[in-house]
Amino acid sequence: MKVTIIDYGAGNIKSIQFAFNRLGVEAILTNNSEEIKSADRVIFPGVGEASSAMNMLKKSKLNLLIPELKQPVLGICLGMQLLCNFTEEGNTQGLGIFDVSVKRFSDALKVPQMGWNSITDLKSPLFKNSNEQDYMYLVHSYFAEVCNQTIAKTNYGLTYSSALQNKNFYGVQFHPEKSSTAGEQILRNFIEL
Amino acid sequence: MLTKRIVPCLDIKNGRTVKGVNFVNLIDAGDPVELAKEYATHGADELVFLDISATQEARKTTKDMVLKVAEQVNIPFTVGGGISSIEDVSILLKNGADKVSVNSSAVKRPQLINELSEKFGSQCIVVAIDAKQVNDKWKVHLAGGTIETELNLFDWAQEVEQRGAGEILFTSMDHDGTKNGFANEALARLSKMVNIPIIASGGAGSIQHFSDAFTKGKADAALAASVFHFGEIEIIQLKKELQKQNIPVRL
Repeated sequence: MKVTIIDYGAGNIKSIQFAFNRLGVEAILTNNSEEIKSADRVIFPGVGEASSAMNMLKKSKLNLLIPELKQPVLGICLGMQLLCNFTEEGNTQGLGIFDVSVKRFSDALKVPQMGWNSITDLKSPLFKNSNEQDYMYLVHSYFAEVCNQTIAKTNYGLTYSSALQNKNFYGVQFHPEKSSTAGEQILRNFIEL
Repeated sequence: MLTKRIVPCLDIKNGRTVKGVNFVNLIDAGDPVELAKEYATHGADELVFLDISATQEARKTTKDMVLKVAEQVNIPFTVGGGISSIEDVSILLKNGADKVSVNSSAVKRPQLINELSEKFGSQCIVVAIDAKQVNDKWKVHLAGGTIETELNLFDWAQEVEQRGAGEILFTSMDHDGTKNGFANEALARLSKMVNIPIIASGGAGSIQHFSDAFTKGKADAALAASVFHFGEIEIIQLKKELQKQNIPVRL
């Protein structure tokens, strides 16, 4: 099993590598397109601001490579948001894998949402051995709306997509690598897809 | 529903845990990694490491420690103490810290908050504020409460939010170490004034104190050190009790 974590300069991605290592799975950090194409599993991470992250992707032409990938791909946090059509953050065009827009939480709430919230209405092999109401760690100011590609929902002021799936593309808003044993289970499920 | 967070805080000096820590099943209670793992498996939602080393040399050890914690611990953690530049933050985040907290350096040069949040994103920038009441006014203090500044707690909190802080860690120096409860009135006022999460710190002595910090103080998270380190309060027990009182927690 070869797991590749796309390293395009966005944020703390070592934690994801460490999380796979704890599961006994080797994961490499790279922006090399051959390494990414030949991997069994691809992780598309992202922390930080959407438009600058998208610019970094474009610089290394990863914006063209990612939509062509055929193996299971998991977008995490901003990675998931960049797989959507559009995000209000920096008015950024996404990669359009998920047919949904990303919006900012209302200022009536504390923004960012920071901490542990539960995931519900799970429907995907990504959650094979997970439980309804499992708690996941989230840090985000923008959310993907609910759509027909929603595979998990979370409530923060409103109900939004905490996970999405379109064919071989999966996206999670939460950080499985920081979500204790419940998060590890999701990474394991992703490996076993 | 977003849950309230329980956050143990570990003081670190030369890469080792300081303050007495009384954990029966630990081989080495001075090893921050062992302690962090212990807390992670026993219900802590997040951890804070506060580097109280006096020298830059000693702080380098902390950066190595951060890497080891990130390798082995599966919950988020914040690192604070002596952080004053983009380079400091960059190394800590690269080594796997999820958030960093700045305190004195932000008071001395507030623009630092803007620079850090623009470079790394607000989500990983915590501003720690130590304050105590002087003539009925909440004054921000530096250097563990020894240096009084002219800054008012509430003004400063609003300013750090505007500058891009993602979270505020508020320690009441009047309550810290007393075990008489958190500064709930000030907390509630802060929570109403700013739109970012507030971590309450200083004063935890009983389960009810945590409950009050969340209900009366409207805090989003509560931090404590000795009550956890000495096993006076077990986090799982604390959370079960909070749940009974209808406070949302992760169990």
